[in-house]
Amino acid sequence: MNTIAETRSKSLLYLENVSVSFDGFKALNSLSFVVEPGELRAIIGPNGAGKTTMMDIITGKTRPDSGIVLFEDDIDLTRKDEADIAQLGIGRKFQKPTVFESHTVWDNLELALNRDRGVFGTLFYRLTPDDKARIEEILETIRMTARRNDLAANLSHGQKQWLEIGMLLAQEPKLLLVDEPVAGMTDAETTETAVLLKEIAKTRSVVVVEHDMGFIRDLGVKVTCLAEGSVLAEGSIDFVSSDPKVIENYLGR
Amino acid sequence: MSGFVFRALEGRIVIALAIILGVAAVVPALNLLTPPDSTFHIPTYAMSLMGKYLCYALLALALDLVWGYCGILSLGHGAFFALGGYAMGMYLMRQIGPRGVYGNPVLPDFMVFLNYKELPWFWHGFDWFAFAMLMVLVVPGLLAFIFGWFAFRSRVNGVYLSIITQAMTYALLLAFFRNDMGFGGNNGLTDFKDILGFSVQADGTRAVLFAVSAIMLALCLLLASAIVRSKFGKVLVGVRDAESRVRFLGFRVENIKLFTFVVSAMMAGIAGALFVPQVGIINPGEFAPANSIEVVVWTAVGGRGTLIGPIIGALLVNAGKSFFTGAFPEIWLFALGGLFIAVTLFLPRGIVGAIQHGYKARQALKAAAEAEKGRGSAETVAQAAQAAE
Repeated sequence: MNTIAETRSKSLLYLENVSVSFDGFKALNSLSFVVEPGELRAIIGPNGAGKTTMMDIITGKTRPDSGIVLFEDDIDLTRKDEADIAQLGIGRKFQKPTVFESHTVWDNLELALNRDRGVFGTLFYRLTPDDKARIEEILETIRMTARRNDLAANLSHGQKQWLEIGMLLAQEPKLLLVDEPVAGMTDAETTETAVLLKEIAKTRSVVVVEHDMGFIRDLGVKVTCLAEGSVLAEGSIDFVSSDPKVIENYLGR
Repeated sequence: MSGFVFRALEGRIVIALAIILGVAAVVPALNLLTPPDSTFHIPTYAMSLMGKYLCYALLALALDLVWGYCGILSLGHGAFFALGGYAMGMYLMRQIGPRGVYGNPVLPDFMVFLNYKELPWFWHGFDWFAFAMLMVLVVPGLLAFIFGWFAFRSRVNGVYLSIITQAMTYALLLAFFRNDMGFGGNNGLTDFKDILGFSVQADGTRAVLFAVSAIMLALCLLLASAIVRSKFGKVLVGVRDAESRVRFLGFRVENIKLFTFVVSAMMAGIAGALFVPQVGIINPGEFAPANSIEVVVWTAVGGRGTLIGPIIGALLVNAGKSFFTGAFPEIWLFALGGLFIAVTLFLPRGIVGAIQHGYKARQALKAAAEAEKGRGSAETVAQAAQAAE
């Protein structure tokens, strides 16, 4: 058994005994959770298990009542706000695709690019050849090169999801949190999204929250099942889905 | 830096700038150089009236920057306008010197009347034009900064923010009504004589004031255009449409809003400062909440988020107001209310917004037709090729 100190020293994201309650409802109940560098991790769990709350805490939207949240061993995320945490290198995709609808696909990516985000930095920003190349590259990755000049509002639901993933890539995060990326996607889009996420996970850590068991199977990675604010089971998809507690709480008989 | 300005010069902005600058030259020329009986003569009162509209247009432009692009519906922009006006009014009061009714060389008339023994500390420096002009920017800017600092940091949004901006201007209205505030109470500041040594009544001075109003409008339009066309401007629209996305991309939304709010408040201050010498008075009535709401109406009528729209909206609504209050004084307010309802129902994008939208839709239709034709001709070529075989 590893000591806690050892687990911490090689973790990218480290949560220990994190609890938070809203009006008496315990959304997270001493949750502990570790993500290692370069890991792709799937999280499943019934509604109200605390999946989104966990992401809120990691990204600084919600402060925990107690517990430790560390990024890269020593950065205490509970003391930072959303903008700080995004600049540290944690990107987040929302459950509902959130892109800038009145901007073009290109502009969406340009805004997301990891550059000076200050008032004057953006006022006098000029698109450099490097930045241009980087945007082209991302367009290629998310397969939207042909739609670069279209308004994001005119994209299909699945394409918006992909654009948002592209924006996260532009942010060059070390850790990507992805909330239900395939909700509302066709089967073909779902399969392609699994390929895309695996591709992305080659160079950074990714945490995916998803309900779609087929998609999780496609990913073929370590799965964490949450229920009632804490970890119920952790391991391979076969191991987790055969766990009697998981079957009872989530998968159903 | 040059890129920043160059980007601002988008087609229709250039046209608008040319028109505004043309007006800045032509109207004063027609006033000063044509004989009063000529058909082309513009009487001084009409020129000053138009100058007043230009100040309103600048105020609407300022509001568009925060409302149209950043999504902050300020119902208190009249406060920044009035503060700029008071700064200019204080300079003009100090220029009266011993020519007041009471003949006091230092104290303005209302202070003599209220038994002031000496000039309040905050009146010092206002006899100096450069200082007063600085205050035209600093006072509204500072108020916007303090207000915005607290509001945006604590993430007050939407209708709640609108309500507190309204409360802000109302609080200032009540404060400025008080005689012991030292700003002339109910009557405000008036009886102005000179500006920079020139009589404010003289045709020449009025002509210059008109031209300066138009030029300031053009400069602010250029600045606003440069802001909204920069990457910062795209972030602004992002804040309007999906604030949390902007935040999770690592931008400090509160700083973005604060900067825009302060720039906008300063523009409103400039508008107020140019307004005062042309109408000859500034009083607490300018802080009235209804004034700030009217600015919102102008902006909505012209088309928010278009920069040019609010300018057109302010000019049209105010010209209409002048006409209707003369022709049908009793129905003017109904006309204004009806206008706002009609615009909301039938022209939700405003005049310029609707034109822009229609143009874009036609462009898209044309592009689609073109593509269709392209495919059609490809087919004919294919058929021809087949026939040749």
